[in-house]
Amino acid sequence: MQQVASAPPAHPPTHVEEPSTGLNNRKVLMWAFLGSDCMFFGALIVSYLVYRGRWQGHPVPTDVFDIPYTSVSAFALLMSSLAMVLALAAIQRGDIRRLKIWLLTTAGLGLVFIGGQIFEFTTFGHEGLTLGGNTGGTTFFVLTGFHGAHVSLGIAWLLSLFVQAVRGQMAQARSLDVEIAGLYWHFVDIVWIIIFTVVYLIPI
Amino acid sequence: MSAHQPEHAHPGAQQYITIAAILTFITLVEVSVYYIAALRPVLLPVLVVLSAGKFALVVMYYMHLKFDNRLFSGMFLFGLATALFTAIAFIFLFHLLQPRFVT
Amino acid sequence: MATATARAAPRAGILARPVAPMGIWSWLTTIDHKRIGILYELTAFIFFLIGGLEALLMRSQLVQPDNTLLGPGQYNALFTMHGTTMIFLVVMPLSAAFFNYIVPLQIGARDVAFPRLNAFSYWVFLSGGVLMNLGFLIGAVPDMGWFAYSPLTSSQFSPSVGVDFWVVGLQVLGVASLAAAFNFLVTIIQMRAPGLSFMRMPLFTWTTFVTSILIVLAFPVIAVALIELMFDRLFGSTFFNVTPAAAGAAAAGGDPILWQHLFWVFAHPEVYILILPAMGIVSEVVPVFSRKPLFGYPFMVYAVVSIAFLSFTVWAHHMFTTGLSAIAMSFFAASTMLIAVPTGIKIFNWISTLYGGSIALKAPAMFALGFIAMFTIGGLSGVMHASPPVDTQQQDTYFVVAHLHYVLFGGSIFALFAGIYYWWPKITGRLLGDGLGQLQFWLMFIGFNLTFGPMHFLGVDGMPRRVYTYSPGMGWELWNVVATIGAFVIGVSVLVFIFNAFKSLRTGERAGDDPWDGMTLEWTIPSPPPHYNFVEIPTVAGRNPLWLQKHPELAGRHVPGADPIATDTGHSGSEGSGAESHDGHHAVHVPDPSYWPLFAGAGIFVAGFGVLLSAGGNLSLLAVTGVGLFIVIVSIFGWSLEPVNEPVQA
Repeated sequence: MQQVASAPPAHPPTHVEEPSTGLNNRKVLMWAFLGSDCMFFGALIVSYLVYRGRWQGHPVPTDVFDIPYTSVSAFALLMSSLAMVLALAAIQRGDIRRLKIWLLTTAGLGLVFIGGQIFEFTTFGHEGLTLGGNTGGTTFFVLTGFHGAHVSLGIAWLLSLFVQAVRGQMAQARSLDVEIAGLYWHFVDIVWIIIFTVVYLIPI
Repeated sequence: MSAHQPEHAHPGAQQYITIAAILTFITLVEVSVYYIAALRPVLLPVLVVLSAGKFALVVMYYMHLKFDNRLFSGMFLFGLATALFTAIAFIFLFHLLQPRFVT
Repeated sequence: MATATARAAPRAGILARPVAPMGIWSWLTTIDHKRIGILYELTAFIFFLIGGLEALLMRSQLVQPDNTLLGPGQYNALFTMHGTTMIFLVVMPLSAAFFNYIVPLQIGARDVAFPRLNAFSYWVFLSGGVLMNLGFLIGAVPDMGWFAYSPLTSSQFSPSVGVDFWVVGLQVLGVASLAAAFNFLVTIIQMRAPGLSFMRMPLFTWTTFVTSILIVLAFPVIAVALIELMFDRLFGSTFFNVTPAAAGAAAAGGDPILWQHLFWVFAHPEVYILILPAMGIVSEVVPVFSRKPLFGYPFMVYAVVSIAFLSFTVWAHHMFTTGLSAIAMSFFAASTMLIAVPTGIKIFNWISTLYGGSIALKAPAMFALGFIAMFTIGGLSGVMHASPPVDTQQQDTYFVVAHLHYVLFGGSIFALFAGIYYWWPKITGRLLGDGLGQLQFWLMFIGFNLTFGPMHFLGVDGMPRRVYTYSPGMGWELWNVVATIGAFVIGVSVLVFIFNAFKSLRTGERAGDDPWDGMTLEWTIPSPPPHYNFVEIPTVAGRNPLWLQKHPELAGRHVPGADPIATDTGHSGSEGSGAESHDGHHAVHVPDPSYWPLFAGAGIFVAGFGVLLSAGGNLSLLAVTGVGLFIVIVSIFGWSLEPVNEPVQA
């Protein structure tokens, strides 16, 4: 619990408030948020699935998918998760130098993914898949776009941790800050594991 | 809720790298089976199992749910289960029970 | 966990910390859960008056056939805004007011887990409420019903920006609800007093907990549905558009039924979000005023939890007339009948609590009893709709209007008034007049039944809802007159309450700490509570801890033998008033005020306003949204850089 403040002068109450479960408030909050975000992405993925096989006109997403290309960017995101846990392991050991390296690697791999997505969106647009063209384009762009927004937010979060590490504000005691950012980052990764399979690979 | 379970019994770098190798391998298998024409009929279940495996590995080891307080697993799995139930219900409602659109 | 001692404010951060203890800035920058609760209560009550006026206008229009008081467009706008207002701007925030004020007191905490996030929730809620109602200023009021069925909401059929006000307002309100729900989830999990295990928690805290879970899981779905609708309207996507975007283009292929499914996946849990806090309030009031512990406490808890599970499995019973397959209809009919079981368990438990009790018919008890009776009627007409053939007959008739008002007015609003009468003395330090309370109850009870009872008959006689007038000779005249009279009686009852409230604030009887001989922790501290709530964090030895201390024979009757007093800590019966003091590190969880929640809420308002500006067709005005989001980001940075406590490395 980080929210502790000065005692009121007249009646100084006593007792330290310990969390009932011994867990950290912010970590509980993050897990509650991730449970909630399951429903967010669930609804977006379901919107895609509902129209799958009912697309009208061409091109539809499966006409323009480039599986090898997307496999590479999916792999970049997967490996960013490895870099993320290595960053966590580093700060838990108190190794701030490796923390900086791995945080930057994670954010960098995230940027590779986002760059790949921007290129992919542009290419698909040139090939005629648009937001308003048919339900395939609509559901594809909004689903992957919102995933991309989540990744971008995660990159900003990681970079802010990196800047703090560079300015000497990170210490072993703050490993929880890295762990919570990591939980978010891994969640974004597992959402892409599902999207990659459901949207790109499964051929219905 | 079992209070005061260890919150930080995390695996080390070696185990993280092993998991990453397995994840890489599964991804390679996924993309490969996509190109094998003979596997087309069973592609759906194969891909679902493979990606569920990747999902579980990341959640259990990278997000530490295997080692962490069970409260966290409960919070996450309740959301995940509700989302899965809803998604499966939508697939039934829109595709399996009543194909209302004929294109 | 820091060990902090008193130190001088203001401290580090971008802005100096606000320090005024009173005055307008102290309220704008407050992060005290009690003040935020009062802000929620006042704001929601103003919206209650607005929504009530909208209802009175509609009832005035329907008092006679072929009435011309309102045109069809105005009527559409009124029923849309009445429904939206009452659900999202009245019942939810009134519940949130009690979550804020009461739950930390009931669990023996000094504040919520994230006080600034709590203030942020309130300001975002206010922003959403204002954005939703801004349409009145420019004459573009949402007019497609609170369910916003597609394709009526598409740009083609609703070119006015009224729909956009609804979309943006509701999206912003969703952010507020989610932030608040996360906060209360963490607060209840993490900040219970020592000894207050889950199965000792007061029922109101339990229903807050489960309601928070429902909000956390249901609101993301409406967020997605609203995003999709916004994309359809602003950027020409085809989630719900059936017709081609441009002449000659291919059919868009959107399916309007997808909206209905997404909407009800959210909106049926939402129904329980509206009723569970009410059930929690009644479960607090009924035992206190019958001087018996709640009958079957574990079953009440299991009933609440199973409602949470089942509420995600019943949504399509709102859609029996959309052509679901027989298997789907059977599934949703069965699950709907199943969810009536835990609800029935609760009603029987309240009645069993009353049975054999020494019942004091004070105003809170009257409203709670009114709740039980009216909610039972509404619940029974609800089970009728679980049957697809019956539902098909009643769909879109006044029978459904009667049902939902028996649940949401006879249910939620009656229980919320029970809560207002019950906790008012704790909040203000003065009692509400009981005579005026009884008068208000009877006026509201009679007016309510006059208004909504006849709607059952009107519905069975085939009168459709959401239609601005009707022809003479349909046999509907009498009951419409009765319903309109009833609506004005309800209006008078609300005026009686306002009078009672002002009278109490000026000359009301002093309440003291424990005017009702209560059983939960909030009655162990002064009324109104000091800003730090508890001088010492209490130690809880069992259910109904205050009764355990005052009347062990009362509390003991239904508390299992495994709950002796203070097994955990040896602080026998020491909650609140005990003298024990852990020496060593003393720290108090009373966070200081902050500007940032207010600024972040204002940023969200600007962002939403930008979407509305661009809804006219000029997408470059989305730059205003960018400015708003920039304000939010700056506020979040200011927020995280503002130390709430001394550094951890003490």
